[in-house]
Amino acid sequence: MNKVFSDKKAIFLFVFPAFLVFFMIIILPIFFSAYYSTLDWNGIGKATFIGIQNYINLFVNNTDGFVMSIKNSFIVALLSVFVQVPLALILALVIAKGIKWEGLFRTVYFIPVIISTTVIGQLWMKIYQPKYGMLNNILDIVGLDFLKHNWLATPETALGSAFFVIIWQYIGYHMLLLYSGIKAIPTTIYEAAEVDGANNFQKATRITIPLILPMLKVCVTFALVGSLKTFDLIYVLTKGGPIHATEVPTTLMFSTIFLQNKYGYGSSMSIFIILECLVFTIFLQKVFKAETITY
Amino acid sequence: MNVLKIKDDSRSTKHDTNNIKTYSERGILLFIAAIQIYPLLWLIMFSLKSNQEIFGKNPLALPKKLLWENYARALFDGNIARYFINSIIVTVVAVIITGILAAMASYAIARMEWKLSQAMLVVFLLGIMVPMHSTLLPLFIFLKKAHLYNTYAALILPYIGFSLPMAIFILVGFFGTLPKELEESACLDGANIYQVFASIMLPLTKPALATISIFTYLACWNELMFATTFVSEQEFKTLTVGIMGMVGMYATRWGELGAGLVIATVPTVLIYISMSKQVQKSFTTGALKG
Repeated sequence: MNKVFSDKKAIFLFVFPAFLVFFMIIILPIFFSAYYSTLDWNGIGKATFIGIQNYINLFVNNTDGFVMSIKNSFIVALLSVFVQVPLALILALVIAKGIKWEGLFRTVYFIPVIISTTVIGQLWMKIYQPKYGMLNNILDIVGLDFLKHNWLATPETALGSAFFVIIWQYIGYHMLLLYSGIKAIPTTIYEAAEVDGANNFQKATRITIPLILPMLKVCVTFALVGSLKTFDLIYVLTKGGPIHATEVPTTLMFSTIFLQNKYGYGSSMSIFIILECLVFTIFLQKVFKAETITY
Repeated sequence: MNVLKIKDDSRSTKHDTNNIKTYSERGILLFIAAIQIYPLLWLIMFSLKSNQEIFGKNPLALPKKLLWENYARALFDGNIARYFINSIIVTVVAVIITGILAAMASYAIARMEWKLSQAMLVVFLLGIMVPMHSTLLPLFIFLKKAHLYNTYAALILPYIGFSLPMAIFILVGFFGTLPKELEESACLDGANIYQVFASIMLPLTKPALATISIFTYLACWNELMFATTFVSEQEFKTLTVGIMGMVGMYATRWGELGAGLVIATVPTVLIYISMSKQVQKSFTTGALKG
């Protein structure tokens, strides 16, 4: 019997195909990225080894907006963690109480999550369109026409407008995760709390939130790392403009490589993005590690 | 289900004492639902309008006459039909191969006895953390050198690669929950390891494979960055890239563009409507395991 389950040839045949694809598509390219990031290379001509010069250029006397792009992605990350996740938590708490149309609300809030960001970006470009777009026309109707704006073309409002779309698309995702966490809590705990005379607010803050902390951790991690990796929406909505107002590291990396043909310099950005995601993931693990509560 | 209903009732009677609160709560929930849904309805509306109506006095009005020609024009003049077929080919192949490769590898990791099985699992799981962006340029160069640039494989291979880590994680967890006795008795009956895997274990993993298929579908169908980089010929473009290409041509023709956006979304919405529970479950499973 054991012989059957430790058949070396079978193990190899089972694991090798997946490992080969995984290795070629994920592992190998990272090493190549790291290597390219030490080069001065336009992709066609000869590459020159320049050590860490590309990384120095990212931060010292930088004029292409990389520092700005990091700042923007941090703003989006902070807003996601401190605005989007709390809003989703409130929604989840309210819906999970067992209100009327519970399933309907959950389903409706979740719809934008599954739609392609390309479609969402195109749609919101039309919504933000100054003259014929939905937003300015609604503002007209409700008498708030002084708020009308050329939302995506004004540097001051562009990032906020893009962020609103991110909330709109993903709030249902965080809501669903937290909702499923809440639903997994045994009802007997609440019954006991009710006997003790706890109100809804106390039940939420003393029981629900501490018990869904693992799910909250997942949400915060996704919100943070997801923000650092934002690409599609910004690429579709603004391509990083106007004048880098909505630039994030991924869009800048994309244009540095494919529009300016700076393969080496662009690769140093891509390595920076991996490290950034890694550091924040580990950081969050540490932050949440101390506080695990079970029922 | 019954249990839930009973709970519902007991809660709502309690709420009746607090009517105003309940109604304002319901009002806010409905308002948010409207914010989530109205933009999508507005999209459907302008996809059925003529330019006069879209750029007329009231862009928020319902379409006077449903202009289905927009859809025909998007499909055939705008080439959306071609992109749609390409998206289906790329997505279906990626979903199937991901499922097969992940099931095989996960079975060996979870059920067979070899020293490096846990190390192998850790290596695959590290892949979950790797952002696609950091592999973009090396893959682009590799695909060009391998003469795969501008083929379906240029998208299918990367999509499989990036879907595998999560798929393997979910399947390894799932195999762990299945009882060992089934395999053992099959072995005693003289089945070899391939028969055990293919005819006993694989059919049992259907729920996990469904979960994996759903999120692999969504990842491939919605993917833009690889699709826009690894393919430049009309013949192989998928929907996301095709739509980006439509924007220039149809800058002043929102009707056709809107129709294109709706067509690109229809399959996803159909899947969601027909199995919303399963779709939601696949997101929560993925999150808990990740």
